[in-house]
Amino acid sequence: MADYKALEDLVVQVRRDILRQVHKVNSGHPGGSLGCAEFFVALFNELMERNDTFEMDGIDEDLFFLSNGHISPVFYSVLARAGYFPVEELNTFRLLNSRLQGHPTTHEGLPGVRIASGSLGQGISVSIGAALTKKLNNDQHIIYTLCGDGELQEGQNWEAIMYAAGNKVDNLIVTVDLNGQQIDGSTDNVLPLGNVKSKFEAFGWDVMDIEKGNDLKAVMSGMKKAKEKTGNGKPVCVLLHTVMGNGVDFMMHTHDWHGKAPNDEQLENALAQNPVTLGDY
Amino acid sequence: MKKYTDTGKKDTRSGFGDGLTELGKKNKNVVALCADLTGSLKMDEFKANHPERFFQVGIAEANMIGMAAGMTIGGKIPFTGTFANFSTGRVYDQIRQSVAYSGKNVKICASHAGLTLGEDGATHQILEDIGLMKMLPEMTVINTCDYNQTKAATIAIADFEGPVYLRFGRPKVANFTPADQNFQIGKAVQLQEGTDVTIVATGHLVWEALQAAETLNEKGITADVINIHTIKPLDDAAILKSVKKTGCVVTAEEHNFLGGLGESVARLLSTQHPAPQEFIATNDTFGESGTPEQLMDKYGLNASAIVAAVNKVIARK
Repeated sequence: MADYKALEDLVVQVRRDILRQVHKVNSGHPGGSLGCAEFFVALFNELMERNDTFEMDGIDEDLFFLSNGHISPVFYSVLARAGYFPVEELNTFRLLNSRLQGHPTTHEGLPGVRIASGSLGQGISVSIGAALTKKLNNDQHIIYTLCGDGELQEGQNWEAIMYAAGNKVDNLIVTVDLNGQQIDGSTDNVLPLGNVKSKFEAFGWDVMDIEKGNDLKAVMSGMKKAKEKTGNGKPVCVLLHTVMGNGVDFMMHTHDWHGKAPNDEQLENALAQNPVTLGDY
Repeated sequence: MKKYTDTGKKDTRSGFGDGLTELGKKNKNVVALCADLTGSLKMDEFKANHPERFFQVGIAEANMIGMAAGMTIGGKIPFTGTFANFSTGRVYDQIRQSVAYSGKNVKICASHAGLTLGEDGATHQILEDIGLMKMLPEMTVINTCDYNQTKAATIAIADFEGPVYLRFGRPKVANFTPADQNFQIGKAVQLQEGTDVTIVATGHLVWEALQAAETLNEKGITADVINIHTIKPLDDAAILKSVKKTGCVVTAEEHNFLGGLGESVARLLSTQHPAPQEFIATNDTFGESGTPEQLMDKYGLNASAIVAAVNKVIARK
């Protein structure tokens, strides 16, 4: 196990990276990114079995697919700090000729990204495909996917959810970021999701909650339990209960910061709440 | 003029099915996905031979395209099969983001394209799919003309790295190209040599173009007949060379003139060698129920319509 203090420090540094990326270009999605910092840090530094060098085919390693591509700031920060590309490249987020496009893409060849995402609802299908190829290749590794909760309003997800259970795609862990917020307001107000857990269970998935989705220890132990559930004939769903904007008091518990960058003053305030740990890029 | 013989009417979809069967035996990385149309796409034999490499996804095309994109990661070569309508319009964004923009090696194989699907009517008769697919950056678009060519193309695209849209049809049509042809993506096939007009045809209209050329020849008009099986990338050189010789062109396709082969040819000529052009294509309309022959006649997609268009375009020279 990695040094826990180091991982906690990394979470704080990732928050700084997120805030500084979106502030610099006055665009991007800080809210959902901040809410998933602990998840990404745990996944890439503790849970996934990853090869040192990036190969698109990802043979003999766990793979991750981000379905809700708008939370690219957290994805880029964690990828860079895991060594996929230079941390300084975070300076190019959303700039012309950058590999760090507004939404993640394979098109510019950024190591760590295996599918373009942004138009929502496509990640689970892609992950099922990658999981089936693992099985065909007799590769015992796992496919991890993250999708948003509002994203579940896209119908393609339910085609995929039906397929995965019906075909026993059990080398797949889909994590749903349950923060209850989307662009126009709370998910309850925009289009109620109903009981997400019951829905996944009714489709035949093995479902578990991580109630404290912004508690690094809880995320690490919860995701380890999820991994133990794989290989048992059912796809695994983790309902990760998070707070959008976590770690910055004025961004928390609201949809207001879904897709809005902080101004200079707000950035200063937000960074003061998350002091430098590993060093800014 | 060269003589082409119909060796026995066959459906192009069977060319796909038989090509896939052959691929299954020789390339273990080829996998097939189907959205509840295994029989219609002639994928039964592949399924029987390789059940572990065949994926029935049900009536869920969006998921099928996404799965196919994911399956490429780890080296598989997915061939998706459903009707052209459900292969394109229904899943456009999935193809755009997960396949084309992501640069995934997916082969989207689409049967029952165009009016010749027949009696099912306009809900199933897509006449916009070539346009939809050719507009996607980095997408290769192929529309084959007969059984032999469809089989050869199916086998050839497995060796090509990148997303491909392969369009074919339902009815039994003349089978006249060589069984042992070397299918080259992006390479036009010159079928007849002439000096008065260039006829550029794709798909089911290629045989009609050959019939038209025979009729024209009897009246002393000789035509270059070019089979464009690959609409994108277009064989610019072959078309330009021919039109520079003949001075006019008729394009023929089972597709809307908007977005079709004709528009690609028009763009090429307008920028490099302006020349009179007539379009054999549907005229911004939906189809309807009827037999394939009735529909191709009503919408002006046959040899006699090509002859009329040739006379018209020559008069404009």
